[in-house]
Amino acid sequence: AANEAYTASLAVSELLGCKQCGASRGQDEELGIRIPRPLGHGPSRFIPEKEILQVGSEDAQMHALFADSFAALGRLDNITLVMVFHPQYLESFLKTQHYLLQMDGPLPLHYRHYIGIMAAARHQCSYLVNLHVNDFLHVGGDPKWLNGLENAPQKLQNLGELNKVLAHRPWLITKEHIERLLKAEEHSWSLAELVHAVVLLTHYHSLASFTFGCGISPEIHCDGGHTFRPPSVSNYCICDITNGNHSVDEMQVSSPGSVSVSDSFFEVEALMAKMRQLQECRDEEEASQEEMASRFEMEKRESMFVFSSDDDEGTPARDVSRHFEDTSYGYKDFSRHGMHVPTFRVQDYCWEDHGYSLVNRLYPDVGQLIDEKFHIAYNLTYNTMAMHKDVDTSMLRRAIWNYIHCMFGIRYDDYDYGEINQLLDRSFKVYIKTVVCTPEKVTKRMYDSFWRQFKHSEKVHVNLLLIEARMQAELLYALRAITRYMT
Amino acid sequence: MEKMSRVSTALGGNALTGRTMHCHLDAPANAISVCRDAAQVVVAGRSIFKIFAIEEEQFVEKLNLRVGRKPSLNLSCADVVWHQMDENLLATAATNGVVVTWNLGRPSRNKQDQLFTEHKRTVNKVCFHPTEAHVLLSGSQDGFMKCFDLRRKDSVSTFSGQSESVRDVQFSIRDYFTFASTFENGNVQLWDIRRPDRCERMFTAHNGPVFCCDWHPEDRGWLATGGRDKMVKVWDMTTHRAKEMHCVQTIASVARVKWRPECRHHLATCSMMVDHNIYVWDVRRPFVPAAMFEEHRDVTTGIAWRHPHDPSFLLSGSKDSTLCQHLFRDASQPVERANPEGLCYGLFGDLAFAAKESLVAAESGRKPYTGDRRHPIFFKRKLDPAEPFSGLASSALNVFEIEPGGGSMSWFVDTAERYALAGRPLAELCDHNAKVARELGRNQVAQTWTMLRIIYCSPGLVPSTNLNHSVGKGSSCGLPLMNSFNLKDMAPGLGSETRLDRSKGDTRSDTVLLDSSATLITNEDNEETEGSDVPTDYLLGDVEGEEDELYPLDPEHAHPEEPEYVLPQEAFPLRHEIVDTPSGPEHLQDKADSPHVSGNEADAVSLVPVDSSFSLLSISHALYDSRLPPDFFSVLVCDMLRFYAEQGDVQMAVSVLIVLGERVRKDIDEQTQEHWYTSYIDLLQRFRLWNVSNEVVKLSTSQAVSCLNQASTTLHVNCSHCKRPMSSRGWVCDRCHRCASMCAVCHHVVKGLFVWCQGCSHGGHLQHIMKWLEGSSQCPAGCGHLCEYS
Repeated sequence: AANEAYTASLAVSELLGCKQCGASRGQDEELGIRIPRPLGHGPSRFIPEKEILQVGSEDAQMHALFADSFAALGRLDNITLVMVFHPQYLESFLKTQHYLLQMDGPLPLHYRHYIGIMAAARHQCSYLVNLHVNDFLHVGGDPKWLNGLENAPQKLQNLGELNKVLAHRPWLITKEHIERLLKAEEHSWSLAELVHAVVLLTHYHSLASFTFGCGISPEIHCDGGHTFRPPSVSNYCICDITNGNHSVDEMQVSSPGSVSVSDSFFEVEALMAKMRQLQECRDEEEASQEEMASRFEMEKRESMFVFSSDDDEGTPARDVSRHFEDTSYGYKDFSRHGMHVPTFRVQDYCWEDHGYSLVNRLYPDVGQLIDEKFHIAYNLTYNTMAMHKDVDTSMLRRAIWNYIHCMFGIRYDDYDYGEINQLLDRSFKVYIKTVVCTPEKVTKRMYDSFWRQFKHSEKVHVNLLLIEARMQAELLYALRAITRYMT
Repeated sequence: MEKMSRVSTALGGNALTGRTMHCHLDAPANAISVCRDAAQVVVAGRSIFKIFAIEEEQFVEKLNLRVGRKPSLNLSCADVVWHQMDENLLATAATNGVVVTWNLGRPSRNKQDQLFTEHKRTVNKVCFHPTEAHVLLSGSQDGFMKCFDLRRKDSVSTFSGQSESVRDVQFSIRDYFTFASTFENGNVQLWDIRRPDRCERMFTAHNGPVFCCDWHPEDRGWLATGGRDKMVKVWDMTTHRAKEMHCVQTIASVARVKWRPECRHHLATCSMMVDHNIYVWDVRRPFVPAAMFEEHRDVTTGIAWRHPHDPSFLLSGSKDSTLCQHLFRDASQPVERANPEGLCYGLFGDLAFAAKESLVAAESGRKPYTGDRRHPIFFKRKLDPAEPFSGLASSALNVFEIEPGGGSMSWFVDTAERYALAGRPLAELCDHNAKVARELGRNQVAQTWTMLRIIYCSPGLVPSTNLNHSVGKGSSCGLPLMNSFNLKDMAPGLGSETRLDRSKGDTRSDTVLLDSSATLITNEDNEETEGSDVPTDYLLGDVEGEEDELYPLDPEHAHPEEPEYVLPQEAFPLRHEIVDTPSGPEHLQDKADSPHVSGNEADAVSLVPVDSSFSLLSISHALYDSRLPPDFFSVLVCDMLRFYAEQGDVQMAVSVLIVLGERVRKDIDEQTQEHWYTSYIDLLQRFRLWNVSNEVVKLSTSQAVSCLNQASTTLHVNCSHCKRPMSSRGWVCDRCHRCASMCAVCHHVVKGLFVWCQGCSHGGHLQHIMKWLEGSSQCPAGCGHLCEYS
């Protein structure tokens, strides 16, 4: 632990003062110690370092959060450093994660981290995989398991199928999936274990979305997070994450400031105008029932085809891929073929009434924690939009939330899906879609091209909505299958 | 499922008859409501909206209100209510936020009357005013309640809960103007219909959403609420502050609650998830439901009593697409199945049992058996005529007490406290424990300990076939040679000339063992004397250049010409230090401390000679000492352990197991050991011998047991200044804003690992304290305490 603490504090200090490091390097090298240098600038590749909260300048609340995070994880990771834009959410997030990974629960500790690795690997998220490989070994996990899922116990291998379906096509989960896991003789799962596993899987699927969606840089002690090359060899650092879109000059070229200001200014204005308009004329213009239904179907179908044009087919990240079989099983394949997603009606099975009760029954207290997290994420607002203050953003947040659920076929009877089309423009939809469904394909260009006038904290806020909505959607499908199995 | 019992009740000339029956619906139901004539019921769901006539034998579909081909979300009902004054009037709440009223008196097929589209989100509940014909109330997910006058097109007034979604609204039956509403955040609000600006009263009723509420039909102020926290609470609203009168804990979140007519304390509930049954509770008896209906195969979504003055008919709709009429008479009564018998054996031998009164009454007529030393000390019978199930589930309690001194368990406590389990050589442990047992008058146990000592640690016993490897190498081929060696050399060995080159300090450092494998290493040279059957260990062979000294019994070297060599006669102190990961990676022990056995060392220390009591027995051991290895006895010892465990003296079994450690462990299967350990620990904890129990946990080698004290340990810290608990951070107190934990060495705040002395409670940074105590044994704070760091 002490060692980890060292690397973490090293990471923090180095992230803050790269140049000073360069100066002090000489002395250390005389001692024959190789000092790793962080690659990348700051915790996120998308957000300029100076925009992100500097450690040391945080207020009391944030400081307490950092302290808790450090105490629980033995490090202050980049996710925390980015999420601290929204301390209220971060607190709930850390509490939940801590409970899932370290507190009393049905699964042994190394299983929990291994499941985390399995889930993150589905999205080729080397950042999370690396973190949890360390943790896995730290809690006494068998290093052999890391050579691939086939080296793990049969019980975990059985979970692979659920992991795959849950990550990419949760609507296909049936009670047979659940039954197979629970009835596998000596490798069978108990209901409580399964719920724990499902919560972990969904948590890490969505966390992978966040990692890519905010362009989280690798930790310094992980692969791709550092280099031993002296800075003179290369003037800027090249991150070797698969996306290949993070050289510094690109960052400068497409930084938000360089886009014509008036252009993006209009965007915000137009969005606000639309929101006002929807607010006012909602009662007058009454769409027929069929119209409402078709709007949902249209949005759902359209969401299948919303994809960025520039999806370069990169091979999956190095050795991470060993953790999951069947790389081809992804979201995209099916959407190209236009597979039909059945409609899931929230009024018949919702988190508040049904999901919560089930989770809390089988894995006490976790339902409560997740419920809180959903609540905070859904209700979080500062009443600001870009440069405007005192704006009621609930409509916009609801549109984002429901759009994500719409992609998963989840329908709210009391929502007019026409609003989504009004409020979310195409580039934003592309971003949402990519982050939620194929997070590994998110590029900095996508991040920069939506909501150009908005602050980075607001974009992180969007990401929080995305990951929580995604987590809830996956949970709903999985829990409904479990409920069906139980009845 | 259908039972053939029939009930008819006369209610003002209007007789209700019927039986338990059900009918299949085409789709899951979300809610049901009964017409005031108790002859019709309406069922509403996402894709069903029908009226059924309740006939004597069956349900008959009377009307399908879903007309038209195109499905409309306006017809996707979350709730339905039938007006209690006007039998032609119905209202539904749609999932898309529309409130619809229906007039059955309309001549056309489409009975839809009015459409209110004022709510922005799903409407969860609609409610008619109990006496007013035109007033309808709705509660929605958007957090608003609206009151409609059916003669107008819009709502009359809107009530804003100022909190989250509204889950239920109910007009008070007695108070004309009052209605209650429940919220997703756990609040219940009381409103006056004339004052939409703010609620009359608000209180938090549940933790998490309150799904339902129901006013008591007779008791003016009583409101029952049910929530996601699995509770049903009954509130008295007449007092200044809402007072919780009763609380029923169910097994799943409560979806609906309905008071049972004519039964003041009864209410029916059904749950939202997992549990499909309908329960009728007597709120005064909150642990066992009075009645239970088990007909449904999926969650029950709507319940309604058929007639407001008839307590025997309950109607229910469910997600399993059935509509049921339940007869109270046919309900299963969990109380009947409840087992009112109980038996408990007290710590000190007392016995208490509770049994059905009828049984006990028969029993108590008899004369107590005179020969029994035990006798009942009291016989308590509590019968409250107001008790709802008197006679059904009441039981009498009998307690038998041991006569003083008769079967006291004090020997157990004494033994547990005084036994030594580790930290000393085996022989001493055995002797000590034998002495303890003898003093407590347990001679057989004492004898057993003595025998164990003889078997496992007879002095001068020369290992034969079962030596550890280092010695055994020689012994296997050199057995005759060893015999001569034995005769020649052990004779002086039995005297006091046995030498060992170990100083006191050495011994201490040796005993700080790292793990079980290390235990083997240090044990090695005692085992030469004790002849233990410890598995072979090669680790000692790593000591370079010292093999000759270490393995003097190598065939080449163990010549009779080396008479100086003397085997150690007595074990050096053994410490069974158990570390927290018994199966962890093996550490190599520090080689510098490796004991080398050499009789030539000048600073030899003579070890304890055999004590007097022992000499008596040494004759017998001399008969077998070179022939029979202790292994020979292990079967016997295991049988002995099992015997004690069978006898109920698991204490003995576990104590021997711990003391003998590796010597017998492998012969008893893991599960039995674990069973013994857990039983013993359980006993110890019941006697509140926490220290002993913790020691046993620590000394156990079973993984399942030793992890007992490694889980769920939380350390709560209080501030050293204001003595208040420190919640958020460990080093600074939120209350007095002072740093609580200062390092006694550097006088800075300790933010990470804080180590402190349990004697004087001073402490500080781990590194600082370690360094300090290397140089001084006194407390760095200057309090004079002799701190120890281990």
